[in-house]
Amino acid sequence: MHSDLPLARDKTAMLVPVLVGVMVFLAVLAAAGALALGNILEDWRRDVSGSLTAQVPPVPGLGEASRVATDERVAQAAAVLRAQPGVASVRVLAEAELMALVEPWIGTGELVRDLPMPRLLDITLKPGAAARANPGQLAQALREAVPGATVDEHRLWLGRLMDLGEALGALGLAVVLVVSGATAVAVTHATRAALATYRPVIEVLHMIGAQDEYIARQFARSALLQGLKGGMGGFMLALPTLAGVGLLADRVEAGLVPSVSLSALDWAVLLLLPLGAAGLAMLTARLTVLRTLACMP
Amino acid sequence: MSHDTGTRERRDDPEGQSVVRFDHVGLRYDLGPEVFRDIGFTLPRGSFHFLTGGSGAGKSSVLGLCYLALRPTRGGISLFGHDVTRLPRRLLPRLRRRMGVVFQDFRLIDHLSAMDNVALPLRVSGAPEADIRRHVPELLAWVGLADHLNAKPPTLSGGQKQRVAIARAVINRPDLLLADEPTGNVDDRIGMRLLHLFEELNKMGTTVLIATHNEQLVQRFPYGRLHLDAGRLTWHGVGDPPPDRATAVPPRPRQS
Ligand SMILES: Nc1ncnc2c1ncn2[C@@H]1O[C@H](COP(=O)(O)OP(=O)(O)OP(=O)(O)O)[C@@H](O)[C@H]1O
Ligand SMILES: [Mg+2]
Repeated sequence: MHSDLPLARDKTAMLVPVLVGVMVFLAVLAAAGALALGNILEDWRRDVSGSLTAQVPPVPGLGEASRVATDERVAQAAAVLRAQPGVASVRVLAEAELMALVEPWIGTGELVRDLPMPRLLDITLKPGAAARANPGQLAQALREAVPGATVDEHRLWLGRLMDLGEALGALGLAVVLVVSGATAVAVTHATRAALATYRPVIEVLHMIGAQDEYIARQFARSALLQGLKGGMGGFMLALPTLAGVGLLADRVEAGLVPSVSLSALDWAVLLLLPLGAAGLAMLTARLTVLRTLACMP
Repeated sequence: MSHDTGTRERRDDPEGQSVVRFDHVGLRYDLGPEVFRDIGFTLPRGSFHFLTGGSGAGKSSVLGLCYLALRPTRGGISLFGHDVTRLPRRLLPRLRRRMGVVFQDFRLIDHLSAMDNVALPLRVSGAPEADIRRHVPELLAWVGLADHLNAKPPTLSGGQKQRVAIARAVINRPDLLLADEPTGNVDDRIGMRLLHLFEELNKMGTTVLIATHNEQLVQRFPYGRLHLDAGRLTWHGVGDPPPDRATAVPPRPRQS
C-alpha cells in the first residue's frame, strides 16, 4: 500500500515503538501476576469454602445418661459458636449422618450406637469473615465452654492467607490499571510528538487537495504498525521474565503454593494489552491529525 | 459544469465565467496592519496574468487567498464561481485539486523522491499507479530533471527544487495555476523554458497567475499584469503601467 509518509524510516519514529514496548512490558508483567494470583486463590477457594468443622468429644460412659450429657455439650458448643462474630450458622450433624460417615469402617448395629463417638458441628462463616474472625479466639472460646472441643484451625489460617492473597490480587489489578493508564498517556504523547514533526507534510498534503480522511488514514495506519511493533516487542520480552518467575514458583511449590499457571483465557487477556496499545496509538494519530487539519482553512 | 461553456464574455459573474474574482478584499494577519485593502480584480477563464509589486507588497498573500490558505478579513472572493466564504470546508479539497500551486518556498516533502513529490497530486486524487509511472518521469524530463528522478529534495539545488515544485503544480493539468516567483532560482534559459511550459498549459485552457519580481520577464510576454503597491492594486492591464490609472480595471481576456 502506498504511503506518503516516512514514519517507519524516521529517527523520531523509534519513540513510539520503544515507549509502547516498555509500557506493554510492564503492563503484561503486572497483569500476568494478578491473573496467576487469581488462579491460585481460585484453587484455595475450592478447599476453603467458608466452612469449618468443630469436634465435641463424647461424655464417657454408656447408655442414655451419657448420651444426654453429650447432647447437652453439643448444644452448648453450638450456642457458643453461634455467638462468635463472623459465624453465619452452625449445624449439628445428626447421629444418622455420623453413622453414615463411620459405617464403611465399623458397620451398623446396636453396638455402634453405644460407641463413644465424637460429635461434629458444621460452621458456616459469613462471606469474607475469615480475615476478621480470629481463629485462635474462636477455638479458645469453644474450649472454655466445652472442655476438649476443638476446631480445625489450619483451615482458618488458610482462609486468612487467602484474604491476604485477595488483597495482593487487588493490588496487582490496581497496578495493571495504573500501568495501562500510563501506557495510554505515553502512547498518546509519543504519537502526538511524532506527528508534530510531520506538520509541514500534513500542510502540503492539505494544500494539494487531499481529503482529511486520506491524510488521517495514512498516519493512523503507520501509527498502528509502530504500536504493534513496540507492543509485540514488549510482550515478547515479558515472556522470558514470566517463565523465570514461574520456575521459581515451581521450586517452592511443595503443596504450599498451587502450581502457578495461566489459562488460555488469561493469555488472551494479556495479548489484549499490546493490541490495545497499538489501537490506542492508531486512534490518537487519527484524532491528532484530524484536529490539526481542522485548524487549517 | 456551467463554467465550462467556453464563452469569454465579461459580465458581473454569470455562472463562473471568472476563475478568480476578488471583491473589495482586505487582509490583515492577526492584529497586524492591513496588508492590503479594497482589492478587486477578476481573472477570466484562460487568462494569463503577472502579479507584480515590491517585496512585502502582498503578492504571496494574494496567492494565499486564491489557494485558500488564507481567508480574507474583508470582502468576498469567488473561485470557479463559488463564493469561498460560504463554501463548507469539506468541499475545499475539490477546489484545491483544480489548482496547481508553486509555493515561493517550494514546500516539497523532504523524505520523498522528486518523482514521489511530483506524483502527490495524482495520488491524492486517486490516479492509477500506471499513469503515474508514465506521466511523472516524462514531465520531470521536460523540466530537465531526467537524471534526478529519485533524488530527495535536500540533495537538489535551489533551481532544481523549484522545477520539481513546478512539475508538481502542473502534473494535474490544473484549471488554475498559481505560481509564486517560479523563476526566482533558475537562469534565464530555464526561466524562459518554464514560462513556455506555463504558456502551453494556458493554451490548453489553464488560467495562470504568476507572482514575480522579474521585470524583464514581464516585459517579454504580452500578458495582463496586476501591480500591488502600498496595499492597493494600482494597475491592471497589458504592457507598461500608465501613470494614473484607476484601480480594478476589468481584465482583458486572453483569447477565445
Ligand atoms: N504569516 C504572516 N504573519 C504576519 N504577517 C505576514 C505573514 N505573511 C506575510 N505577512 C506580512 O504581509 C505583508 C505581505 O507579505 P507577502 O509575503 O504577501 O509579500 P510578497 O509581496 O510576497 O513579498 P516577497 O516579494 O518578498 O515575497 C508583509 O508586510 C509581511 O510582513
Ligand atoms: Mg512572496
